Amino acid sequence: MAVVFKKPNALTDKPTHYCPGCTHGIVHRLVAECIDELGIEGKAIGVAPVGCAVMAYDYFSCDMIQAPHGRAPAIATGVKRSLPDSFVFTYQGDGDLAAIGTAETIHAAARGENITIIFINNAIYGMTGGQMAPTTLPSQVTQTSPYGRNVNEVGYPIKMCEMLSTLDGATYLERVSVDCVKNVNATKRAIKKAFQTQIDGKGFSLVEVISTCPTNWGLSPNAALDWLRDNMIPYYPLGVYKDSTSDKEEK
Amino acid sequence: MKGNEALAEAAIQAGCTRFFGYPITPQTELAAYMAKRLPKIGGVFLQAESEVSAINMLQGAGAAGVRAMTSSSSPGISLKAEGISYMAGADVPGLIINVQRGGPGLGGIQPSQADYWQATKAPGHGDFHILVFAPNSVQEMVDLVSHAFDLSDNYRVPAMILADGLLGQMMEPVEIKSSDEKVELPKKQWATCGHNNEREHNIVNSLFLQANELERVVRERFERYKVIEENETMCEKYMTDDADYIVVAFGATARVAKAAVKDARAKGIKIGLVRPITLWPFPKEELKEVAVNAKSFLCVEMNMGQMVEDVKLAIDCSRPVEFFGRTGGVIPTPAEVLEQIVKLSGGEQ
Repeated sequence: MAVVFKKPNALTDKPTHYCPGCTHGIVHRLVAECIDELGIEGKAIGVAPVGCAVMAYDYFSCDMIQAPHGRAPAIATGVKRSLPDSFVFTYQGDGDLAAIGTAETIHAAARGENITIIFINNAIYGMTGGQMAPTTLPSQVTQTSPYGRNVNEVGYPIKMCEMLSTLDGATYLERVSVDCVKNVNATKRAIKKAFQTQIDGKGFSLVEVISTCPTNWGLSPNAALDWLRDNMIPYYPLGVYKDSTSDKEEK
Repeated sequence: MKGNEALAEAAIQAGCTRFFGYPITPQTELAAYMAKRLPKIGGVFLQAESEVSAINMLQGAGAAGVRAMTSSSSPGISLKAEGISYMAGADVPGLIINVQRGGPGLGGIQPSQADYWQATKAPGHGDFHILVFAPNSVQEMVDLVSHAFDLSDNYRVPAMILADGLLGQMMEPVEIKSSDEKVELPKKQWATCGHNNEREHNIVNSLFLQANELERVVRERFERYKVIEENETMCEKYMTDDADYIVVAFGATARVAKAAVKDARAKGIKIGLVRPITLWPFPKEELKEVAVNAKSFLCVEMNMGQMVEDVKLAIDCSRPVEFFGRTGGVIPTPAEVLEQIVKLSGGEQ
């Protein structure tokens, strides 16, 4: 019988712990498909964050390191600078990347580290039960903004792709979403392009994936996808924020 | 050669090819030396955006299986505490140099030994130890660097050279074993360097959500610590055979103490010196041995007496343990220590 659909080799057989309707599973699969298609599992080293994806080290079948909260880009730097021929990616959430790890993210980009970051932005801290994140939208209710995010008190969300696009060191930055089939396909293209940027030795690449957290948003999976489309995409417009792959010389 | 530069060259000769650091006084020359030397030998010097990043870059390099180091001074080591704990928890080797200065807080930039507790008791959160070496000369710093790298690799435990601003800034003649041959490093089957489709994936990780599993992992590590305590403890004993009184001092302070011991001997006081070279593991047995014939002990340190409790515990509080120290960056003089020794011996000369 012909196999028409199967699990990518770059994913292990371990069942994930993600909540029903969470989009981490989709992004894991897309990352794994790209690793398979580019034939890089053997030289890949992934860096897992602290947050919902902390146990990604059990789900990807390449070598994996679990980083302290926010430090994945620094760990990835240490690996890549030690093994320049390896393929190094981090997989991080918004609290990890845009709050406690802001410095690590910005400076890895500024240095033009030849690594790839997969950035899951779901506007909330998922693992700890739904606290306000640096990407939580104005007026969004979370456990630690129970009356809605008051921008006069706690300021505004951080738009990472826009901010990083000002850095000469960053080579490829794209924001995508996994809310529908069309966007899932676009996300895969973005991840593959980012991975190819690293393989070509052209420096820092990051793909920001607008994602859902039905559990902590208090919505059904479908309603969460609607909320994403109605609220997140207008605030975080999708698109390529930086592409200097054709200008950059191979490292 | 200046102490800081000697540390750097010794690391290179020991096969260290990756250095990650952040500027801080008084370790400055070490990083500057690495910035000059490493690119010439195909290595990597990288100035990180913070001490936090530098220790995590070290963790990444260590996990990738290469020999790497970071260096800092006291306030910077506090920032590295998180990464040191993660390295210990994931059994990642690596060398951390602390060229100590006065504290707490921003403190000062003069020599100090006030990070003894931090290095030996709590270099980060959780149940763990790191190897801590306390050299007392530029030559010993050089010799301990390669030894520290080897033990760190063999036991998969992070190692620290606990130097101070005095040793870092001091110029002394030094012999560094240099060889044109590449240093043969031990094979690291556990390293995350890409499985090349030839083995199962390796995971470098310190997360164990099941309490029983975490307990098992920590206990296994403490079994390793027991082996280290039995085999890797280092200390120097000087004129202790017939000693009625014992001075205990480590690092640069031990040089001052040794001069005072010589002066006291000239006065007829039967005194000796025990100098712990490893601060963890601490030379408990050696201290217990000298306590059999000694009447009392004197700890001399550049801090407020952080080692005293370890000496008391080592000798089961069987003898009085006095303390003399200067802190804040003040270096004790041999005359000051001699005065304390005379006092300790009850004036008998």
